[in-house]
Amino acid sequence: MEIILAIAIGVLCSCGVFLMLRPRTFQVIIGLSLLSYAVNLFIFAMGRLTVGGVPVISHGDIDPSHYADPVPQALVLTAIVIGFAMTALFLVVLLAARGLTGTDHVDGRER
Amino acid sequence: MTSSVLLTLVVLLPFLASLVAAVLPSNARNAEAWLAGTVAVVGLAVMVWLYPQIANGGVVRHEIEWIPSLGLNLIIRMDGFAWLFGVLVTGVGFLVVLYARYYMSPKDPVPRFFAFFLAFMGSMLGLVLSGNIIQMVIFWELTSVTSFLLIGYWFHLAQARDGARMALTVTGLGGLGLLIGMMIVGHIVGSYDLDVVLASGDAIRESGLYLPALLLVLLGALTKSAQFPFHFWLPHAMSAPTPVSAYLHSATMVKAGVFLLVRFWPVMAGTDAWFWIVTFAGLATLIFGAYAAIFQTDLKGLLAYSTISHLGLITTLLGMSSPLATVAAIFHIANHATFKASLFMAAGIIDHETGTRDIRRLSGLFKFMPFTATLAMVASAAMAGVPLLNGFLSKEMFFAETALRDANPFVNFALPVGATLASMFAVVYSLRFVHGVFFGPPPEGLTKVPHEPPALMRRPIEILVLLCLLVGIIPGITIAPYLAAAVVSVTGPETPYYSLSVWHGFNFALAMSGVALVGGVLLYWALYGYLNKGIEGPPVIRRLQGKRIFERIMLTITSKWARRLESLLGTRRLQPQLFLLFFLAVAAAFAVLAGRLGTVDLSLAGFDPAFALIWAVGVVCAVGAAHQAKFHRLFSLVLLGGTGIVTCITFVWLSAPDLAITQLLVEIVTTVLILLGLRWLPKRVQGMNDEALIQRAFIRRYRDLALAGIAGLGMAVVAYAVMTRQIPDGISRFFVENAYSLGGGTNVVNVMLVDFRAFDTLGEITVLGIVALTVFAVLRRFRPAADSIEKPEQQKIQNAFDERVAERNPGDTVNEYLMIPAVIMQWMFPVIIVLSLHLFLRGHDQPGGGFAAGIVMSIGFILQYMAGGTRWVEERLRILPVKWIGTGLLTALLVGVVAQLLGYPFMTTGFQYAEIPFIGKVPMASALIFDLGVFGLVVGATVLILIALAHQSVRSPKVARRPVVKVPEVAPDAPVETR
Repeated sequence: MEIILAIAIGVLCSCGVFLMLRPRTFQVIIGLSLLSYAVNLFIFAMGRLTVGGVPVISHGDIDPSHYADPVPQALVLTAIVIGFAMTALFLVVLLAARGLTGTDHVDGRER
Repeated sequence: MTSSVLLTLVVLLPFLASLVAAVLPSNARNAEAWLAGTVAVVGLAVMVWLYPQIANGGVVRHEIEWIPSLGLNLIIRMDGFAWLFGVLVTGVGFLVVLYARYYMSPKDPVPRFFAFFLAFMGSMLGLVLSGNIIQMVIFWELTSVTSFLLIGYWFHLAQARDGARMALTVTGLGGLGLLIGMMIVGHIVGSYDLDVVLASGDAIRESGLYLPALLLVLLGALTKSAQFPFHFWLPHAMSAPTPVSAYLHSATMVKAGVFLLVRFWPVMAGTDAWFWIVTFAGLATLIFGAYAAIFQTDLKGLLAYSTISHLGLITTLLGMSSPLATVAAIFHIANHATFKASLFMAAGIIDHETGTRDIRRLSGLFKFMPFTATLAMVASAAMAGVPLLNGFLSKEMFFAETALRDANPFVNFALPVGATLASMFAVVYSLRFVHGVFFGPPPEGLTKVPHEPPALMRRPIEILVLLCLLVGIIPGITIAPYLAAAVVSVTGPETPYYSLSVWHGFNFALAMSGVALVGGVLLYWALYGYLNKGIEGPPVIRRLQGKRIFERIMLTITSKWARRLESLLGTRRLQPQLFLLFFLAVAAAFAVLAGRLGTVDLSLAGFDPAFALIWAVGVVCAVGAAHQAKFHRLFSLVLLGGTGIVTCITFVWLSAPDLAITQLLVEIVTTVLILLGLRWLPKRVQGMNDEALIQRAFIRRYRDLALAGIAGLGMAVVAYAVMTRQIPDGISRFFVENAYSLGGGTNVVNVMLVDFRAFDTLGEITVLGIVALTVFAVLRRFRPAADSIEKPEQQKIQNAFDERVAERNPGDTVNEYLMIPAVIMQWMFPVIIVLSLHLFLRGHDQPGGGFAAGIVMSIGFILQYMAGGTRWVEERLRILPVKWIGTGLLTALLVGVVAQLLGYPFMTTGFQYAEIPFIGKVPMASALIFDLGVFGLVVGATVLILIALAHQSVRSPKVARRPVVKVPEVAPDAPVETR
């Protein structure tokens, strides 16, 4: 399990970084999303992987090892929301920049 | 109240009064003057009352803890020297207030004047009464800032603005140097306490850091006291109202520099570096200032250069490092304050009553204002060093000191000759002031007939001139005890004997005085013709303008160098910046982690082929999305969604249902969002034909790929290394154990979000709300690029088809495109709302919650937009997203505030089991209300973002005439009517 997820995180991160270094705004927004997945999974993985854990507390069972670690989950939940907000903001900024400059190059002008 | 506390209040009082003065009505000249005058008199009274305590080398001290861990305490400390300055600041301050009351025109906004004035007085008092050298620098800077405000008081005049800015730049630079200098001194001594510093003179002088500390402290002192080569700001500060000049440039602001020199004289003077720098900076200033003063045509300009010159005299004395010279310096500080303040006031009166300060236009005023003229003449005589006036006494001491030096021949020659020469010049400019203004034919071409000012306006000058006379004639009774107290606190108990008597017999100093007086008169007579031509500026050095050099330096530093540095180090291009950031991040991570990962256990334990298969798909989707982002945006977006789904499945697989729900919902919204944006993006630029560019792009692509590969590999290794290690016992246990007992919910993640970590969530939804409003605001001004205004190509083809076929109307194909899905979407609306409510209500105990529910709700709305079109929806349903955002945020805040009102910490939630008839025991957590706020805000924010983007198609003029989708018009009997 761990090795699969680690490789997945690595590939997503590579794709994201590569795209963020590209000149077109759309590539950057896709890259940002991919990098977000990678980071979210990475943070989540910091709580270790729990397969078949109990989703909610039941019958007074309060042994933490029976559940997926809630702390990274709460962090990732926040990260997903902020990631969405960031994507939205970036999208309208790139659209407005495209409208103003007439190009979708990240520098606002073709080379 | 102890005397030390009283002294602290004396420093605070002007600042408090400054605040009061600022809010008084703008025509309250009398109230303002009374306020400021009272503050000054109270200060003066406290000084006088405390005199016995400091008379014999005593010190009044009050310490307030500030940052004891850094050894920084606020210390108010007064010794004899600080007392002398305190009296000057408050005493001259009072006289200036009285004068300003009559000087300021009713049209001037006096609250601003007196507020700044009082703040300046407080800063000056704070400076002289500081017992901590860092605190001293803070007050020093405050005097710079408040004097900047005072000099720029008439900010409608460009001159005033420029003068104020120059004064601030120069003295601010000095202040910065002083701060560093003080820190070095504090480092050498090991304490910032002035008493400790004053006791560590040997340690400071012998330290290896002595020279840098000295240079920095001198930078502060010489800039503040307008010493060569920093003298140029002072004449330009003359564009201030005259009361400001009278105060700042006689007794206070410029004296702060020499105050500092005297203060640190016991611990820093006596070295060669001190002697050469201070003495010759002072001597140069003394001669240059006096020379330049002769050729000024503006009365205040003459006085300004004279001030520079007299400060040079004091500095020269301090540079000589002998106790007797220091006595003379302190004496001259007091004398100069009295005669120069009165002369500035006289110049102000002349300006006030004649409408000009130009010596060329003034003459024969003695007939019109005999009293003022007499006073000004006496004060000028003191300035020139005429016997029986205070200026004479300190000048005699100065002469005696210069004559006594016998170190090396150059010094032996330069000091007495320079002193006599400067003194001669002083006689010349004093004569010019008196003769040019008060004698000769009556003035011509003045705008008003000159007359005596109101008696009270003249009163301050009378008092000051009386002091000049009293000190000059009977110094032993008037000034001697106070001077002695001040001198003892600086030079210590072994102060040598000095005599203040008027007559010392025939000696070398008297001869120098005689030469200076006679020579001055002769020189004035010789120059009379030249001066009457009224040529502005001193001959020979006229072209050497400090202001121009200053401006050129400022231009070079702030514009040329800044631009060059930017072009050297900066780039406006995003890609190199991002590359650098990622590169540094990777390098930093490598530096930290290299060799620390230990052994990584590569085992395939728990390898699940199904999970591997899912991620094989996910990885292919990600790589595909990355590859297609350049060529086919829609395809890339679909592939991105694929990776998102795989991520979502991963969360389910790994027992995190809340994350899975949120990920899935956000995935949907993000995809819709980017789909809406696709329409406004341009076609790919094709066919780069520059061979070199292609080559460079090729290299850059592989370089980026390498960096991305390394970054990904690093992330994978770190993730794997962490995952295969035992988890330490963190804070998770607390949350799991207490979620139910303290938060009243069984869904730990949700309880954390709305209860344990609710404050974080509040911040998070605030961000979301701000982003939504920003998106809305940015899009309101959105102007699409020219090539995006037309309809998309696909739509054009469809419309062309409609036009070709006889029985079809243009737009039919578009409207029929998603007919069946649209019907389903519309039917789904109530179902989605119920789902949303379900997710919301179960959130505390089961996976779900306000955030997921909010997104579901907004998806319900957005589906209606997709199915029916913007106009159709908005004719039927008014969603006010901004209100949702506001209400949501306020609701969430309310929960926190209510808790606070009930006496709990902010955001404390309560819960209780309520007995509801028929339903039974139900947990009622106040967190539910908080979650409701989250829900409202998320609905509002998401809908606002999506709708704002969707509206762009309607706004665009060409499209607006024929809406893209018009289901009801085309299909009146479509199932939408059922709702």
